Amino acid sequence: MENKEKIIEIKGVTKEFNGQIAVEKMDLYIRKGEFVTFLGPSGCGKSTTLRMIAGFEMPSSGQILLNGKDITNLPPYERPINTVFQRYALFPHLNVYDNIAYGLKLKRFKNTYVDKKGRERTRIEKLSKDVIDAKVSRVLKLVDLEEFEKRDVTTLSGGQQQRIAIARAIVNEPEILLLDEPLGALDLKMRKDMQLELKDMHQKLGITFIYVTHDQEEALTMSDTIVVMKDGAIQQIGTPKDIYNEPKNSFVADFIGESNIFSGTMVGDKKVRFINRVFDCVDDFPLNEKVDVVVRPEDVFLADEGKGMVDGVIISSIFKGVHYEMTFKVGKTEVLIQDTIERKEGERCSIHIRPDDIHIMAKEFDCNRYDGYINKRNNVCFADGEFECDVTQLYENSHLDEEGYLVLENGEKLDLNDVDVKVEVGLKDIEIIDNDVDGDACGTIISIVYKGDHYQIIIRTDDEEEDFVVDTEYVWNENDRVSVKIPKDKIKLKLKAVNQK
Amino acid sequence: MTALKFSRKHLGIPYALFMAMFVIFPLLLIIYYAFTDPETGGLSFINFIDFFTSNANLTALFMSFALAILTTVICLLIAYPAAYILARTNINKNGVMLLLFILPMWINFVLRTAAMKELLYKLGMFNSNNMSFINTLIGMVYDYLPFTILPIYTVLEKLDKNVLEASADLGATGIQTLFKVTIPLSMPGIVSAITMVLLPTMTSYVVSDTLGNGNITIIGKLIENQFSVMYNWNAGSAIAMILLVLIFATMIVTGKFSEEDSTDARGGGLW
Repeated sequence: MENKEKIIEIKGVTKEFNGQIAVEKMDLYIRKGEFVTFLGPSGCGKSTTLRMIAGFEMPSSGQILLNGKDITNLPPYERPINTVFQRYALFPHLNVYDNIAYGLKLKRFKNTYVDKKGRERTRIEKLSKDVIDAKVSRVLKLVDLEEFEKRDVTTLSGGQQQRIAIARAIVNEPEILLLDEPLGALDLKMRKDMQLELKDMHQKLGITFIYVTHDQEEALTMSDTIVVMKDGAIQQIGTPKDIYNEPKNSFVADFIGESNIFSGTMVGDKKVRFINRVFDCVDDFPLNEKVDVVVRPEDVFLADEGKGMVDGVIISSIFKGVHYEMTFKVGKTEVLIQDTIERKEGERCSIHIRPDDIHIMAKEFDCNRYDGYINKRNNVCFADGEFECDVTQLYENSHLDEEGYLVLENGEKLDLNDVDVKVEVGLKDIEIIDNDVDGDACGTIISIVYKGDHYQIIIRTDDEEEDFVVDTEYVWNENDRVSVKIPKDKIKLKLKAVNQK
Repeated sequence: MTALKFSRKHLGIPYALFMAMFVIFPLLLIIYYAFTDPETGGLSFINFIDFFTSNANLTALFMSFALAILTTVICLLIAYPAAYILARTNINKNGVMLLLFILPMWINFVLRTAAMKELLYKLGMFNSNNMSFINTLIGMVYDYLPFTILPIYTVLEKLDKNVLEASADLGATGIQTLFKVTIPLSMPGIVSAITMVLLPTMTSYVVSDTLGNGNITIIGKLIENQFSVMYNWNAGSAIAMILLVLIFATMIVTGKFSEEDSTDARGGGLW
């Protein structure tokens, strides 16, 4: 792509708020005239990115280029960019006309003219009232609110206020229009209408739109390009079609549309094992690699029992209008299925998945991660078990007193009962015991993979179906009942709350 | 016979009685005294005629107005930036700064004024009689500043940050945003600050007595004189009524002014 086509370029931009990273080393460019959507859950940094483009926040490091020129430290009022705010942010003391004309009245431009003596002169001029009038009525027509010029903005409905906010931004003919979840406060029907209107407006105006939303459907409907974000980092950039059909990782797959995500293992050349069966697939991954397998619910086909690839039972069936949404159970795993033909609850049947509908993604797996909580005895509970642990690692320089309270460095006493924690256990730190009594949690070995110099074993617990992945040099058999023990000092705990000290 | 019905409306009766006894009745008394001749007891305008023909009285009236308006203007000029900084920066993160500004309000008014007198005396401000007006003004501003900061701070603190961002986004510099958005939107606070300062400064003669060196007579002092020195209730009531009408007129003007600037009716129009 030629450089001049890029209207905005974000180069290695990082934004920190008091040491918390909101956006991390972001690289992105947006082409002129595109409708780009930043999509992600709340707190993923999408709004912060938008605010940095608008100029409300300055990046902690990195550069933002507009048409090749560095605008990183330019204040918002000098950028040819306008924003539509989530809560409209209309000026309550001005009427509709004055709200829309606000930017135009501030505008100054250089007028070059020839004076009486024939000399060429330049003068900085305001826009004339006629020009402003014409522009305001043109945008009011565009947003379908022609008769509202003199109305007080506080008397308008949410939808009307949103249109005024859009009109107020586009009347300045910005090079880029930023929209920060502009439809979030509207009801469903209005939102759908406005989505189409915005898309229509984008085509009419030819301005670059950068749109922020957490609503995946909105993103799919409106955008040319979607940027999926999570934890301040871009997960995937692509057209709506690409992102839906070829999600890069399990987060994107889960966030965009509904999907079944299984953890699987590569067992051969383009062969993956999940839900206790080997499937042919089209992606090539190294042998024995732990992978995420994503299958869209509409890509799972139902067949009569014994005629498909895996047999199981339907445990729920809900009518959703166009299709039935059914949950199919194989062993301990549930598979979500969408199909137009209903199968009754309790019906035994079989499923069939086509190789090219099986999307395989690399799984980053270097340690076991669980959500747990601390119980009364200052032990940590996760994965159906209770484990002894060292709770003092939650706070620096803390210790336990005789009554079991955690005493902080500053002398404050904490009762840790029921505190939610994140638990990490290394693959080599789990000890397997050959019965289901002696360990702290028990389960069944569901997979054993030879990794060159050791075996990787997956033990699945009975109730919560959490997996312990264990690297060991001893061989075990699949379906063995075992229990696990973890040394006290190998359990790493972290407080779940974000505002950790 | 109909049963005695007790509706929510009846809860208002005690308040109505209270109002009648302590607001309406005294007001009627003032009107009665103001329009009665102190000698004959008959209906007359003599009290008003006396007031407006006395040079000393008119000087006091003018002095009161000059003091009140100057105090209000100076208070606003100091309070607005102070309130703005308190509300919009993180200098007031834990509320200590605001508390420091408000704290003088909790200390006795007379004591504060006396302290101010000592301070000004030490500074040599009592050497000449020409300084009396300035001294009184300083005392008034000092006493009424917290009452100005508080309402403006409250309004500025609640101001939607998005609106200010929207203004910057649409091309307004910081100064332009201040005059086009922030000040118009803080009009309710400014108006209530004016109300809190204008009337008391016209009548609170403690400050002018203490700091004015006997050279400053304000309208409140005149009323006090008539009631407790001259025992002329009729003249005192007349002055009180004149003051009432003047305040009322001022408030209407301020109310109008704020309405022109801000159509935001959520507290802007006091009248």
